[in-house]
Amino acid sequence: MNINLIVNGTTHALDIAPGARLLDTLRQLGYTSVKFGCGEGTCGSCTVLLDGAVRLACITFTAQVAGRQITTAEGLGTHGHLHPLQQAFLDEGAVQCGYCTPGMLLATKALLDCNPAPSDADITRALDGNRCRCTGYVAILNAVRRAAGRHGEAE
Amino acid sequence: MKAPLTTLNPLPPSLHPSISPCSAPAAPDPIAPSLHRSIPPYAPAVGSSVQKLDGAGLVTGTRKFVDDFTAPGMLVGKILTSPHAHARITRIDTRKARALPGVHAVLCYKDLPRVAHTTAGQGFPEPSPYDTFVFDHKVRYVGDRVAAVAAESEGIADAALALIHVEYEILPAILDAKQARLPGAPVIHDEPEARVVIPIEYDPKTNLAGRVRIDVGDLARGLADADLVVTREFKAHYAQHCPLEPHVTLALFDEDGRLVLVTSTQVPFHARRIVAQALQIPLKNIRVIKPRIGGGFGSKQEVFLEQLCAALALAAKRPVKIRYSREDDIARSRTRHEMYVTITLGAKRDGTLTAMGMNVLSNTGAYGAHALTVASNCGSKVLPLYPCANVVFDATVVYTNLPVGGAYRGYGATQSAFAMECALDELAHKLGVDPLAYRQQLHIRSGQTSPIFAKLGEGKAGVQQSIGSCNLEECITRGAAAIGWHEKYKAYISHKSHSGPPHLRRGVGMCTLMQGSSIPEIDMGAASLKMNEDGSFNLLVGATDLGTGSDTILAQIAADVLGVDTTDMLVYSSDTDMTPFDVGAYASSTTYLSGNAVIKTAETIKAQLLRVAAELAGKDSAGAALRDKHVVFADGTRVPFAEIACYALYQKNQFQIAATESYISHVSPPPFSAHFAEVAVDTETGEVNLLKYVAAVDCGAEINPQLARGQTEGAVVNGIGYALCEEFIFDRAGRLITDSFMNYKIPSTRDLPELVTIHVASHEPTGPFGAKSVSEISINGALPAIANAIFNATGARLTDGPFTPERVLNAIRAAHQ
Repeated sequence: MNINLIVNGTTHALDIAPGARLLDTLRQLGYTSVKFGCGEGTCGSCTVLLDGAVRLACITFTAQVAGRQITTAEGLGTHGHLHPLQQAFLDEGAVQCGYCTPGMLLATKALLDCNPAPSDADITRALDGNRCRCTGYVAILNAVRRAAGRHGEAE
Repeated sequence: MKAPLTTLNPLPPSLHPSISPCSAPAAPDPIAPSLHRSIPPYAPAVGSSVQKLDGAGLVTGTRKFVDDFTAPGMLVGKILTSPHAHARITRIDTRKARALPGVHAVLCYKDLPRVAHTTAGQGFPEPSPYDTFVFDHKVRYVGDRVAAVAAESEGIADAALALIHVEYEILPAILDAKQARLPGAPVIHDEPEARVVIPIEYDPKTNLAGRVRIDVGDLARGLADADLVVTREFKAHYAQHCPLEPHVTLALFDEDGRLVLVTSTQVPFHARRIVAQALQIPLKNIRVIKPRIGGGFGSKQEVFLEQLCAALALAAKRPVKIRYSREDDIARSRTRHEMYVTITLGAKRDGTLTAMGMNVLSNTGAYGAHALTVASNCGSKVLPLYPCANVVFDATVVYTNLPVGGAYRGYGATQSAFAMECALDELAHKLGVDPLAYRQQLHIRSGQTSPIFAKLGEGKAGVQQSIGSCNLEECITRGAAAIGWHEKYKAYISHKSHSGPPHLRRGVGMCTLMQGSSIPEIDMGAASLKMNEDGSFNLLVGATDLGTGSDTILAQIAADVLGVDTTDMLVYSSDTDMTPFDVGAYASSTTYLSGNAVIKTAETIKAQLLRVAAELAGKDSAGAALRDKHVVFADGTRVPFAEIACYALYQKNQFQIAATESYISHVSPPPFSAHFAEVAVDTETGEVNLLKYVAAVDCGAEINPQLARGQTEGAVVNGIGYALCEEFIFDRAGRLITDSFMNYKIPSTRDLPELVTIHVASHEPTGPFGAKSVSEISINGALPAIANAIFNATGARLTDGPFTPERVLNAIRAAHQ
């Protein structure tokens, strides 16, 4: 079937199988920051933003999101022009292996876009669906606080 | 001076012509801006939290993991696994699968040479038994391999697997480690090839996968001399590493037909050797490339996917990628060895330890990966912490028809520290002393040694060593202050401080820990440096950054020796064609061992730089130093590195400023740590609420404080998951039920206690810039610290994990009967 997929502002005219998963479609298009971690919506490694809200690409059919705005980590910032969120993650040492990082960044962006001054409870709830096995989350939570202007201070 | 490295030609995998990394079309060229970045002025790198060198590439998604690589004509590899715990394949028919359009290869035991090998990525010859085949005519656990296909799509591959007809003769299975060696037990490895390649105790006919015993002094006399004896059995349960990136391998061919494996591994050089061995192909025809790795924690010290993926690619004559599913990774890769650990401690009234016995029964599952060495580590990384004249360590490793054990962060110390630290807590309680004070009385100190070091190695005797740096004392005092130990411990045990409802009891618990830094006189790490015209350096290491940040800390080390900025180090790891050998990322070795290799290499480069600069400037190099990308002579004359490099390459007596050096260690300096937990236990439901956790760590000097802290935080939370919720539950047929993140629960942001990590300074004289290891030690604390806190709260001893409400409630009931 033919659809238009809008990723980071670029429109891709695609002929896809009706059962194609968004995770696979995005990766085939080169948006490889969207990672496979479980394939069943339990780890958050494939998190993307759909019209600004968190969506798990591994349990989303590509056909479902035709014509809507998709954001991946590639759309946040680039080398030398990092998004403040990306910079906050680096400043706080919130990146170890980096496999969960794109999903964490997008979940954080969705949070801060609708709640610029989140409480710690807001932050832990917003990131609860994104698993990380390297950091123990401490640095990630600090990065979100920093990005929210709280400079790594816990409540 | 070393011979210049004229053959080094590092080629990033992204530039390799036969591999096509996908690139996001919407993103501008990721390389261009960094070329124009201004170089910050030089400041000492070691000891500062330099940003991860691959950090920007990871947050923007430009850094590639294995699954981000594709190759023209690439096929999807899938594996057919056994539904039975123990069975012989009496008939297998793959004809229909082979005939399916889009299928390019189908393999089973009939199609490959039958070569017994071990999947354990260890030094050679390995201390793990050769008991594994790429495919066998027998299956030994639910999930064991039966056949594999390579097809043009995942759908075709799945259809092909369904067309493979297999008939099994089902055999009786061993699903309990304690049944494995009973008379008449089924023999799991009855094949004639099963053997060990170094002289260690091994008897597959009685399901014995390994045994090690050491004696110090006279345990019986030590027990006779004791006023008080504590003995108790603990069970450390199965667990899985759960790196967010599952195992994945891409096998392809270069322009000359050589096999190239782009793979998610901690051990690229061991992987190359094992693939060559298992498939009987020349090692020189194999290249292993490790790009970015999405975590490993020991699971990727195992080489089980590479040989299979390579075999499919060779059969199909096309590139093949196999990516494990999450269920594959949990149930069918490798696990933490399940163990029963019995501790016997004898002490005088004054607390003097007179006897220490540790008896280990380790379940290695269907194959003996790391069987002996994980069990050995139960003793070698725990017993020396408390010097005692009479010690027996006796470890038996058995085969069962359950998932396969392997290396997992902590590597046996996790299992045995649980037992030791809980038994010691009990002994302190019975002696009527504060368990914290008791550990202060007992623990090993700088300058002391332990006979365990010399007696217990990995598959052979160990190496004698004295403790060069130990600041456990400060770990204990600062950790105690952070948790409020002295106010809480006695108040909680007497239930004096309870203001809440009576069924909610609070408790604090603690433990002390040690680990090691590399395997002495076995592990080797090497590094290469070569200089470019602009004064930058290529740092090529076999050391395997799997997300830890080792590329960055090795660059910091090299940068400080050479007086340049970390960003002047272009780090490339790891590629068996391009980088020098390193055993890989395991045994807490990279900072310590590979870091020392980098220092050695940089020192050789420094000598070359001084010699060239002296020739160029016509000065004596005596008293000259490297600073801020210059050679600075005693009289203050400064020669820029770029000038030195250009002189060496273009002007006179031309040569490449380059060196490769190797490092082995004759000691394995332990890091030390004290962990503290505060819990609230609901005595009506058994629910444990972990309120606060403190980890104080002496890892020597910190090369990069932020990265070191990240290691501690990650290990602690992994340990907390192990203690409270991560559990393997099997059905009666030996099938793992908890094989997804839906029921194998790993911690999320909402499961965190207040977590405090404290770095306690020490200086390890043999370490690079005074550093010891940090990665493994802190996974060992949660199980005993939380168990001891539950005792403090309720009087109940938890002896097997995870501490689910059911287990806690049962323990409370048992304690109050």
